[in-house]
Amino acid sequence: MSTFTEFDPYASFRETTEGRVYSVTGGDWDSLSTEIGSTKEERVVVNMGPQHPSTHGVLRLVLELEGETVTETRCGIGYLHTGIEKNTEFRTWTQGVTFVTRMDYLSPLFNETVFCLGVEKLLGITADVPEKATILRVLMMEFNRISSHMVALGTGALELGALSPMIFAFREREKVLDVFEMISGLRMNMAYVRPGGVAQDLPEGGLEKIRETVSQLRKNFKDNEKLLIGNSIWMKRTVGIGYLDLAGCTTLGITGPVLRAAGLPWDLRKAQPYCGYETYQFDVPTTDTCDVYGRFLIRMQELEQSLRIIEQCVDRLEKLSGAPVMVADKKIAWPAQLSIGADGMGNSLAHIREIMGQSMEALIHHFKLVTEGFRVPAGQVYTTIESPRGELGAHIVSDGGTRPYRVHFRDPSFNNLQSTAAMCEGGQIADVIAAVASIDPVMGGVDR
Amino acid sequence: MTKNFEDHDSNNLIPRNDEFGLSKAEQDSKFIADQAPAPLLKQLLGFWVTFKSMFKKVNTVQYPEVKEPTAPRFHGRHQLNRHPDGLEKCIGCELCAWACPADAIYVEGADNKPNENYSPGERYGKVYQINYLRCIFCGLCIEACPTRALTMTNEYELADDQRGKLIFEKEDLLAPLRNGMVKPPHPMYPNTTDENYYRGEVTSAHPSQGTVNND
Ligand code: SF4
Ligand code: SF4
Repeated sequence: MSTFTEFDPYASFRETTEGRVYSVTGGDWDSLSTEIGSTKEERVVVNMGPQHPSTHGVLRLVLELEGETVTETRCGIGYLHTGIEKNTEFRTWTQGVTFVTRMDYLSPLFNETVFCLGVEKLLGITADVPEKATILRVLMMEFNRISSHMVALGTGALELGALSPMIFAFREREKVLDVFEMISGLRMNMAYVRPGGVAQDLPEGGLEKIRETVSQLRKNFKDNEKLLIGNSIWMKRTVGIGYLDLAGCTTLGITGPVLRAAGLPWDLRKAQPYCGYETYQFDVPTTDTCDVYGRFLIRMQELEQSLRIIEQCVDRLEKLSGAPVMVADKKIAWPAQLSIGADGMGNSLAHIREIMGQSMEALIHHFKLVTEGFRVPAGQVYTTIESPRGELGAHIVSDGGTRPYRVHFRDPSFNNLQSTAAMCEGGQIADVIAAVASIDPVMGGVDR
Repeated sequence: MTKNFEDHDSNNLIPRNDEFGLSKAEQDSKFIADQAPAPLLKQLLGFWVTFKSMFKKVNTVQYPEVKEPTAPRFHGRHQLNRHPDGLEKCIGCELCAWACPADAIYVEGADNKPNENYSPGERYGKVYQINYLRCIFCGLCIEACPTRALTMTNEYELADDQRGKLIFEKEDLLAPLRNGMVKPPHPMYPNTTDENYYRGEVTSAHPSQGTVNND
């Protein structure tokens, strides 16, 4: 209060019989404009995005520039808001998977898995999920990590002007998407992971195709390694750029490759294992350069680690042919037994015979599960997994009904995006693009 | 332990008592130390990569002249199937519509008239629409269908120039009449119930059901 003196030009006061009265006035426009004119620097505010090709989708960056130097950066988000969290409240738990898979569209399987792990925890069936389903989840997630990192690396390089790495990255990603198509029937947003297991077993000859893909990928990754690792032009654009040290990361809640590039080996697959990750052999690459180049190197190394995990999955799956991929409890397991015939893909005739011709009980379960879904005991859980971008969490609240009461996701892109200002301010405008690319935000996940 | 990590540990930025499993992750961490620029000759290898690509088999496909086959499981356009005697499999139960998370399916069931069946049993799907402007191809509907009436084919070319055309009616979705099938409505196979159909015991049309399709 002591700042309000009688002479304050904006809020002077006078004593009256009722007490002290302040009269607040606005600033004087004339004095303001002369003040602006007297500063030497030229300040420009530039809106980068939401349609800018280098902002990873519809991110809007408000940059205050002094020449080429960025003095202030602010993010504008919300252009891709889809209302997915709200929509899931009006769908059954199984249908919810088809929604959440569309949040972070580059890593759909992680969204599905974290949601299903949460639902399973609420149902208390975590231990009943068949081993094969868990291995298939790990397999699909690691493939997904590769395809997601391929986009991050490819577009990141493209935005800095290197076209060939992008072509190579998308060539590899296509191979991974082919595997997804073979297993789940869809290349993106596959709703493959369901509460209680996965939708379908591997098709015939699936393991051979996966083996072949893994060896092909391992060979093809060399192309990008030769092009970018140690390349002095690439390093000029990335070393020391987008610097954010460990203190900054932990304060802002940053996870994923950005945090690991700051030296903390924080990987939930190791630290708080889920889906049996503690039984797989793999390393957590870290480095301490805290810059764009470090994050790039970490992503490159994680590709190889993912391939290692996939190989271990394949070895395990080999011994489990014919094992169930969905919980045995008929009150929860989604009642699908798909098979492919001349008429396309649909429920197998054996399944039809059972529910329509033989077992009334099976038919009742089928009808109840499809129309109403299963009930989930009231309560709330928080589950986290390590997505390609960092810690992906799902906070699920059930009121005991057949639909979620509330589903909230802690999407790593959202939290990591906070670091834009810390990384970009004080740097050159061209480095903003490198920094944002190294965070690898996916706006579908940010806005949900 | 990396240098950075130690520095900040002493700053109490990382929880010290309950370390959330960090030490486990620490054991398997692999530090990337080599971050120097590669020697010039090695850097030139990058040019060799791009040069070599000129002689590699091209990855791109000349769509739409050349079409890559999809995986057998690919989720494409839906199809409404028939029993071997031509009756429709759809019983108008609306399970597909219930399962659909995108509300893309609209079904209206109706009662079969005696000896003028569209499907075995009491009910058939009178109106059946799939709105491909809404459909997200998740496949929950085919998993929900209790009679394998609804299946997904591998056809993926569904673009059109008018929104109205993308709401597929029953006629658009029904599988064609094959040889040996009789166009409904017609009576069920003599001395059968719908359960015989579901058990796969009806394998062809009976002469009493009507004239058989022969083209
Ligand atoms: S595929 Fe999914 S969205 Fe499309 S009609 Fe079937 S259930 Fe609905
Ligand atoms: S297509 Fe299948 S689920 Fe849908 S109404 Fe017909 S019989 Fe029922």
